[in-house]
Amino acid sequence: MTLTIPALRARSARRGRRRPLIVPFAAGFLLLVAVAGLLAPVLAPHSPDATSLLDSLLPPGTEGHWLGTDSTGRDVLSRVMYGARLSLLAPLGVVLLSGVLGIALGLLAARAGGWADAVVSRGMDIVFAFPSLLLAMLVVAVSGPGLTAPICALAVSYTPFVGRVVRSVAIQEGARPYMESYRVMGFGELWVTLRHLLPNVMPVLIAQSTLAFGYALVDLAALSYLGLGVRPPDADWGSMISQARSAILQGEPWSGLLPGLAVLLTVVSVNVLGEHLGGSIGRKQSEGA
Amino acid sequence: MKRTRADRAGKRAFAGWIGKRVLGGILTVLLASVLIYGALRLVPGDPVLAMTGGRRLTPDQIEALRHRHGLDRGFVQGYLAWIGDALRLDFGMSTNYQTSVTSLITNRLGVSGPLILYSAVLAVVSGLAVALVSAVKGGLVNRAAGMAAAVTTATPTFVSAIGLLALFSVGLGWFPATGAGTGLADRLWHLTLPAVAMAIVAFGVLARVGNAAFAEELRREHVEVARSRGVGAAAVIRRHVVRNALAPMLTIVGLLFASLFVGTAVVETAFGLDGVGSLLVSSVSRRDFPVVQGIALIAVLLFVVVNTLVDLAMPFIDPRVALGGAGR
Repeated sequence: MTLTIPALRARSARRGRRRPLIVPFAAGFLLLVAVAGLLAPVLAPHSPDATSLLDSLLPPGTEGHWLGTDSTGRDVLSRVMYGARLSLLAPLGVVLLSGVLGIALGLLAARAGGWADAVVSRGMDIVFAFPSLLLAMLVVAVSGPGLTAPICALAVSYTPFVGRVVRSVAIQEGARPYMESYRVMGFGELWVTLRHLLPNVMPVLIAQSTLAFGYALVDLAALSYLGLGVRPPDADWGSMISQARSAILQGEPWSGLLPGLAVLLTVVSVNVLGEHLGGSIGRKQSEGA
Repeated sequence: MKRTRADRAGKRAFAGWIGKRVLGGILTVLLASVLIYGALRLVPGDPVLAMTGGRRLTPDQIEALRHRHGLDRGFVQGYLAWIGDALRLDFGMSTNYQTSVTSLITNRLGVSGPLILYSAVLAVVSGLAVALVSAVKGGLVNRAAGMAAAVTTATPTFVSAIGLLALFSVGLGWFPATGAGTGLADRLWHLTLPAVAMAIVAFGVLARVGNAAFAEELRREHVEVARSRGVGAAAVIRRHVVRNALAPMLTIVGLLFASLFVGTAVVETAFGLDGVGSLLVSSVSRRDFPVVQGIALIAVLLFVVVNTLVDLAMPFIDPRVALGGAGR
């Protein structure tokens, strides 16, 4: 479920005037999750795949298993740490791909104008009408389960989210006098666009990509939850939640709730950060005008 | 004389604007349908083998399947045959259930339809109520509502689903954990948790956007003027704030409604409901292409139709839109 809501950005632009206390917390939490995932082999107390039926479904707070164990006795803390790797890397792939596509198409539409602009804009409208999770499921039906195909599908799906903003900012910037002056100096169109226009588009791109990262994380975790994403033995937070289903019905929900909490807190942090970045850009632009 | 001419020109421009919107919608659905049909053609190797999942078939059966999916024809001919059938609501036979896709989907709409409506009503009522109260009260209420909205928008449906499941059906035993129930009251009872789980994200989005829209109107001069004229507080909110803020809200409600259709995939899987969403998930993993294509086409159609209707309704809710829209 992904929506682009201009009203939200307008609102956060006003609120961002005093940096909310929550922003450093959000950034700190994301850093923590990233480090935990990166250093999981060093930091994790157990192997994420070490099963022990005698220790199954231990509650959080147990000596040696601080976040408890799942139904096959695997350490939940270690699994959440290892799960962070795929849970963060896969949406990062989506964001990088959609960023490149969005820049290319957005700049092309803005600079070329005319029919190229019409085709690109119309194409982005059509992609936008395709719910991202649906597109991801469609490619999984084609390619079979796994993460590569959904990553590519989601990248296409989020391209309008990035590309539309890049296009509108590039049109605004392109109309400014400095662009004309570079052109008068005899620089080529491509050089001016990449060297002088692109850096000015970057802040918006980063803010928008941050939000897209959150959406992609949710979509990919949902796919894994549905059994259409990550294949065992690999695990991300989504597949951990789906494996916890029987434990939840038995009244031992921890092995599902904790990865769920990891997803929730990560997405909240990403959103806070993205809206703060978007807000400070809006502020700069209105000050500059 | 002059006015009627301008009037007529305005009407023509308005009709042109409507035509453009409808044509754009049709074009979108058509291109999406090419993509949906093309997906089957992109399957690496033999699509029929992928669909049957390695089951042993006689050459005759394989040939029949190939013919039924238009795989023995070129892309264009195959597509035209498929979309022609789809326009007559015939999406072919499910390779897994051996029944017509249309009857599979309509049977399951008895669960998904009420679920989507239930959840949309919950989200719209609670979201707008919270948005209005927080915008009017301001201060601490506003900040608390903003915080709640920020958290709920970021809560993935599968996380809220397992949270609700763990708390209200396993922990407290208030609601059933699986099944859709029979009869109206029983069905509503069974669908309550799934509907709430789906409504949570939509609630957050509506509360935030609604709050922003209402707050914006509250700050406007015409509200100040109405107040100074001695119009009662309730009437100011009803006639001057809510009415003006309705147009942007409607766009969001339309988008949310369509996204709920896809959202059923997650919720129905979590709560073990036999609806269209869980049918989509099982068909994707079994590569039951006719079903996947049928549901995908319906989802895109729903999304485009709802958005186009919302666009077309806009001028009637807010006449300023028609002026701006027709001028472009």
